[in-house]
Amino acid sequence: MSTIVELLDVVMDFETSSLGRKQKVRAVDRVSLRINKGEIYGLVGESGSGKSTLGRVSLRLYKPVKGKVIFENKDITYLPERVIRPLRREMQLIPQDPYGAINPAQTIGEALIEPLQVHFNTSKEEAFNRACRALEEVGLIPPEDFMDRRPMELSGGQLQRAVIARAMILRPKYIVADEPTSNLDASIRTSIIKLLLDFREKYDQSILFITHDIALLSLIANRIGVMYLAQLVEEGSVEQVIKEPLHPYTKALLSAIPLISSQIGLEKVYLKGEIGDPANPPRGCRLHPRCPLVLEECKSREPPLIEVGNGRSVKCWLYYK
Amino acid sequence: MEVLTVNDLWVKYYTISGIVSAVSGVSFKLRKSEMLAIVGESGSGKSTLGLALLNMVPKPGRIERGEVILDGVNILKSSPREIVKIRGSRISMVFQDPFTTLDPLRKIVDQFEEFLIEHGVDKTRARSIIKEYLEAVGLPERVMYSYPHQLSGGQKQRVSIAMAIALNPQVVVADEPTTALDVIVQKQIMDLVDSIKEKYKSSIVLITHDLALALERADTVMVMYGGNIMEYAGKTELYGNMKHPYTRGLFEALPRILQKTLPKSLPGNPPDLRYPPPGCIFHPRCEFAMEKCKSEKPPLIEVSKDHIVACHLYG
Repeated sequence: MSTIVELLDVVMDFETSSLGRKQKVRAVDRVSLRINKGEIYGLVGESGSGKSTLGRVSLRLYKPVKGKVIFENKDITYLPERVIRPLRREMQLIPQDPYGAINPAQTIGEALIEPLQVHFNTSKEEAFNRACRALEEVGLIPPEDFMDRRPMELSGGQLQRAVIARAMILRPKYIVADEPTSNLDASIRTSIIKLLLDFREKYDQSILFITHDIALLSLIANRIGVMYLAQLVEEGSVEQVIKEPLHPYTKALLSAIPLISSQIGLEKVYLKGEIGDPANPPRGCRLHPRCPLVLEECKSREPPLIEVGNGRSVKCWLYYK
Repeated sequence: MEVLTVNDLWVKYYTISGIVSAVSGVSFKLRKSEMLAIVGESGSGKSTLGLALLNMVPKPGRIERGEVILDGVNILKSSPREIVKIRGSRISMVFQDPFTTLDPLRKIVDQFEEFLIEHGVDKTRARSIIKEYLEAVGLPERVMYSYPHQLSGGQKQRVSIAMAIALNPQVVVADEPTTALDVIVQKQIMDLVDSIKEKYKSSIVLITHDLALALERADTVMVMYGGNIMEYAGKTELYGNMKHPYTRGLFEALPRILQKTLPKSLPGNPPDLRYPPPGCIFHPRCEFAMEKCKSEKPPLIEVSKDHIVACHLYG
């Protein structure tokens, strides 16, 4: 299987300052992962886990402090913006909040035409026609009704469709979908997911799907990676991770879903407290202060990411032999 | 025994672009230590209904008609002075966003104390109440002396819950209390709400968009759409015997773990409540819509004991 995006030992830091005191927050800590061509890789974790940052690093919207970002066998980690720019049309972000994604002063038409002109120098008329077709493709019909509207004049679901149309108009190969449906009502969520899946099928795309909703991932993803406090703690095929979660954190995530948790015969794990401060992660295993299965060594030594066979790995001392 | 009775409640918002019918003729009863979940999507009127239960609908909204009877008294008829006393002591509210409900500039103990003193508690008694209820919601004593920004989202929501139950109100209205929180913390907070219901025998109105959460936690579930009740039943009855096409649609929109098919979605968009469709408000999105549904509003029909549906299919 060939790879579209590979992250090698990626580290990403942010500096924050509080009351004049500067503080370094490590948002992503030594994460490696590989996204295969045509695959949907689901990245799951709570807020503060670093999953969105990792997604943006994979698009080289952030330059990592350490590690490498490989896109289509090309190391793009340190390429200057001028060289990366032509690659940008092949990788696109679909963010969570559609209202933040399109300039509120632009019309939907302008937002769709702009990338075509920037990347392909498309003529005005041709760009207009392609924008109309792109709106049709996402079900905003008739497109003429939407071209002159501004973001605030669309419902959340309609605007998310427009955002998807804009991302897809450049025919990207790699999509990072960052919680694209979590601001939407349940009754329209599926139609947005379906839209993304149709595009993937039609244009042979690969998707990094970022979400806190592990149940949703179980339906659409091929493989799942679980993040906790800036680190990847479990990875495997969707069946393996959902049917037989290994890491106590993955088990806790599954145990917390209402209704579903009681329907899958799963060993339940309940965690104490809340996700810690990424600026000040616990020593040893980062989950140890909350973990009901904690061992002595968890408190002082960080577990390695242990390969347990079949492409699965887990960062937990319970599986160290 | 009923602690809260709502009769034929109507709420409208008088906006510049038109009159929005947010709640249209809602009635229900809440028993002691019952948890009623009000389930609906954005625009269903569930939050407005929650505010109306405390006679707290903001302008340009207006309660047009109806009764909210708490312990034999219609609080919609209470004077502004009386209603301030009733809120917090006999019926209280927990909001969705724990990040904005607390004053960021004041320590928890000061905010909590002020709230209690406003309700006529003396200062020494207030201190002991604060300690007791922070402990009851699982917070360490030092939280008293913290500012809101020093607390996590879950801790802040625990503080809001402590304040909501401190004067032992008969009814606590919780509007999406876990929506702003991560899944694991959501579960912790809902466990806390359950334990409070048991310990203090409070009645709880849980307002949520999440039918799964309602079916897991509540005793009774009321499904709302476009300001109207679509279906109302006990949890077990509803789970085994869903009737209304909208309830079934919501249920089918929930992802089932590891099924290779995506959940269904409802076609169309929620109604524009300035111009609600005639007949059944759900008919433009309903796959079973008949001629009758387009012109005649379905009445609430009791299909079995304490199971009510507003749908012509069952008429």
